[in-house]
Amino acid sequence: MEYDVNKIRSYFPVLKQQVYGKPLVYFDNAASTQKPVQVLLKTGRLYTEFYGNIHRAAHYMADKTTDAFESVRDQVQQFIGAGSREEIIFTKGTTESANLVAASFGEQFISPGSEIIVSEMEHHSNMVPWQLNALKRGAKIVKLPMSRNGELQTSLLSELITSKTRLLAVTHVSNVLGTINPLAQIIDAAHRKNVPVFVDGAQAVQHIPVNVKALDADFYAFSAHKMYGPNGVGVLYGKRKWLEQMPPYQGGGEMISEVTFEKTTFSEIPFKFEAGTPNITGVIALGPAIALLQETGMEHIAAWEHQLLDYCTHQLKELEGLVIYGEASQKSGVISFNIDGIHPFDLGTMLDKTGIAVRTGHHCADPLMSYFNIPGTVRVSFGIYNTTEEIDRFIEALKRVVKMLK
Amino acid sequence: MKTIEEVQQDILEEFSLYEDWMDKYAYLIELGNSVEPISAVEKNDQNLIKGCQSRVWLVAEKKEGHIYFRGESDAVIVKGLVALLLRVFSGRTPGEILHSQVHFIDDLGLTQHLSPTRSNGLLAMMKQIRLYAVAYDRLDN
Ligand SMILES: Cc1ncc(COP(=O)(O)O)c(C=O)c1O
Repeated sequence: MEYDVNKIRSYFPVLKQQVYGKPLVYFDNAASTQKPVQVLLKTGRLYTEFYGNIHRAAHYMADKTTDAFESVRDQVQQFIGAGSREEIIFTKGTTESANLVAASFGEQFISPGSEIIVSEMEHHSNMVPWQLNALKRGAKIVKLPMSRNGELQTSLLSELITSKTRLLAVTHVSNVLGTINPLAQIIDAAHRKNVPVFVDGAQAVQHIPVNVKALDADFYAFSAHKMYGPNGVGVLYGKRKWLEQMPPYQGGGEMISEVTFEKTTFSEIPFKFEAGTPNITGVIALGPAIALLQETGMEHIAAWEHQLLDYCTHQLKELEGLVIYGEASQKSGVISFNIDGIHPFDLGTMLDKTGIAVRTGHHCADPLMSYFNIPGTVRVSFGIYNTTEEIDRFIEALKRVVKMLK
Repeated sequence: MKTIEEVQQDILEEFSLYEDWMDKYAYLIELGNSVEPISAVEKNDQNLIKGCQSRVWLVAEKKEGHIYFRGESDAVIVKGLVALLLRVFSGRTPGEILHSQVHFIDDLGLTQHLSPTRSNGLLAMMKQIRLYAVAYDRLDN
């Protein structure tokens, strides 16, 4: 099948935008993606046609809204290949999903002397929650180290996992290096010693096919806003056996089955973990974003973006003094780089003036920056709507600004 | 010596010669490259202004009632902004600094460099300049 990038682009009105008088090239998809009309229309339609609170009232508006909300849970289940819909919990985002597991799993399973393995390439949101938790419970964080090319040293796992290990937290795809970690292998190593694995999928679900059951992940988290969906919504997948043993994260409405002043009994999963009125509109508008990914086909998306990655990497390597961070054999469409003698902030600022949006800085991964001993990088990250023509424009602009800055 | 307001007007006029953003920035880079470097010893933690993406150092000296600033950054665009700030503020009395209204950065349309969350040190640097003025003002009185 042809990958019809023009058709995909036509769904994203914002891409026709001009910035500083130049056509926009949006290469900051790892930070957040743009939203297709399908998502925008869904949001509008919800408020104009049948909005109500969910799971509560017995009236038409609430029923329709509840149906729409719950059908997205089915969609998510199917999208990531979860065993059952009850294993899908809606959160605010990856960050909240990680905090939920850290707090709730932590309360039940982490005690003084426990160890939590965290990889060296994690985004702060899959590191700080574990650190806070370890601090609170007298547990220890153990580092799963990385090699120079941006791959995790998974061969060390058999040593690192001990009888004290309670959980392993790792990202599926690195937001800085683009590395696609060998998850199945990591999870297998952990499971051999009965250690569950929390996977940060924030940079994976929108780029490569993901099947949590095939991977046998215990927890898998991601954010709607990075997958062409709305802001403020995320997903936590958790295996039933863990979710059922974990205490609630927050208390409130929705998550209880019976409350007296002395005692409360909690709802079943997933509602036990969804206290209060959730981001109803956000969840419902995530539906069409998933539909777009599925219609396009995750295999096709992965292939298209890989082509962009190769095309761009090849051209960048021609430039003098350019260093790419992360050259793993399995990579998604993320390239972090620096140019000798030029501060990444200067490059980013100048590229912006040519209409090209890239990210500069430490990308919320300070330990990774320390590893390479750099203050930051310039990062380009691709999405479903990017093209090789845009890469040409980027390379041309990059050459121009490098000349100005050198 | 021109007033703080007059220097700001001068800067605005210079930049108005360039219509294209690339040219405005090319000029800013030129200014950045012309900044007198500060010594390696002065690039210490005490003079460092904590900005997230780029580092900025600011050195202040007081002579005969006037404060003289020198500064540098590891990013050349920030260095250009530093050059502008030095031009506006160096050699002023604490009173002049404390009573000044800085508007030229807004007017140039470089405000993206001022937002607190961008934290490239410019906002912090302006704060630091004012803090020096307050401190020296107190010492005087
Ligand atoms: C790998 C990774 N994990 C977690 C996050 C945090 O996601 P959110 O801010 O949506 O919670 C991000 C986003 O920057 C990310 O790239």
